[in-house]
Amino acid sequence: MKYIDEFQDPALARRLLDDIARTVTRPWAMMEVCGGQTHSIIRHGIDQLLPENIELIHGPGCPVCVTPLEVIDKALEIASRPGVVFCSFGDMLRVPGSDRDLFWIKSDGGDVRVVYSPLDALRIAQQTPGRQVVFFGVGFETTAPAIAMAVHQAKRLEVRNFSLLVSHVRVPPAIEAVMRSPDCRVQAFLAAGHVCSVMGTTEYPDLADTYKVPIVVTGFEPLDILEGIRRAARQLERGEHRVENAYPRAVRPQGNPVALSVLREVFTTTDRAWRGIGIIAGSGWRLSDAYRDYDAEHRFDVTCLVTEEPAVCRSGEVLQGLIKPHECAAFGTTCTPRTPLGATMVSSEGTCAAYYLYRRLATPRMEETASVD
Amino acid sequence: MCLAVPGRVVGIEERDGTPMARVDFGGVVKDVCLAYLPEIQVGEYAIVHVGFAIQRLDEESALATLRLFERIGALDEEFGDAWERAAAEVERAPEEENR
Ligand code: SF4
Repeated sequence: MKYIDEFQDPALARRLLDDIARTVTRPWAMMEVCGGQTHSIIRHGIDQLLPENIELIHGPGCPVCVTPLEVIDKALEIASRPGVVFCSFGDMLRVPGSDRDLFWIKSDGGDVRVVYSPLDALRIAQQTPGRQVVFFGVGFETTAPAIAMAVHQAKRLEVRNFSLLVSHVRVPPAIEAVMRSPDCRVQAFLAAGHVCSVMGTTEYPDLADTYKVPIVVTGFEPLDILEGIRRAARQLERGEHRVENAYPRAVRPQGNPVALSVLREVFTTTDRAWRGIGIIAGSGWRLSDAYRDYDAEHRFDVTCLVTEEPAVCRSGEVLQGLIKPHECAAFGTTCTPRTPLGATMVSSEGTCAAYYLYRRLATPRMEETASVD
Repeated sequence: MCLAVPGRVVGIEERDGTPMARVDFGGVVKDVCLAYLPEIQVGEYAIVHVGFAIQRLDEESALATLRLFERIGALDEEFGDAWERAAAEVERAPEEENR
């Protein structure tokens, strides 16, 4: 795609970096909310190219990482029941529950299948009417419309052997939780572009106002991220706090109205626990009463599971931007992507995995930060 | 899983009462549900996530953003450090003389 290639143009990136360097006069800390952006930042070394006085704090925007342990344990419980076909996105397979993961269930004979789209799971249900097909619905606002459509179709086509284990999360309440934390150092947000492709930008002005924090909707290519940082820095220097859209090629202010109407029909907001963080009010979606029959938690009666987090894992602090991964004693020793202790290492979008993958320990800039800390 | 990818619509058809597309992601072609973007046409770009087109990728605003970036370069010329520029010119001059 011709203009995607252009968004990786090093010469333009250099000019944006120069402009950012000219703009900033003081230290600022900004948080990129989305795990996809974190990976782009680390992969292209954007954090190291930036002027010293801009610090990027990695946010809680990895749905795999924040899925609570109880939900993983419920998934494992349902997946190991006879007669169940358990469908999931591939990146949930290695997320550790209290004592196993989905991969283990599969090698133990469970029918766990990886699908690319929730519609694939619906098709499996249509093709195997004698079995219960359960789809593991995780993800932010970008993913939720797809899951909502799958269950909407199931109802329309009267597919009764299909249900959802739902653990969807919403970004704005997470931003609010970050701002309310007494240790919060975040002064501006780079909002997740594709979340806003669906939701639009109308949820953000109130947040920007209440917490006096600039929020810049940002894309994922290196130039997009630099432009997001440039705009956030400009606002901070001027003492402004507005919502800006730096990703207009994929984000309309009103979002995607068709997706929003299906979302509102299928889901209602609910309080949701975030792994490592705890309960955030109104931060999740559950199936609305009209779709309650399709809720796997009711169909399989999985409540009252006892859960246990590994004591050494500090992914909660990583997710809130309070520590960097290498400050965790287990990082790279007992905890690696092959033997993950926490979700932020297991998920390909997790911050611990990004730091491990791109050897972010060996770089001068990181050593410097480490010694300052 | 969270990543959404841009692709180009190469064909559209209806399946089970739902509009579906064939979308080309730089060589890999996949089936994509158009329920949330029914008005998209063959040849246009869309952001696709877990098998759903979630938003049209607007080429015009893409080009506008790129033009803005170019203009930042222009501002650089205008407001950049004049001493630095002069120094760069002095450095360049002897080379040119040698030719
Ligand atoms: S390195 Fe591993 S144990 Fe440490 S915080 Fe990250 S995921 Fe948890």
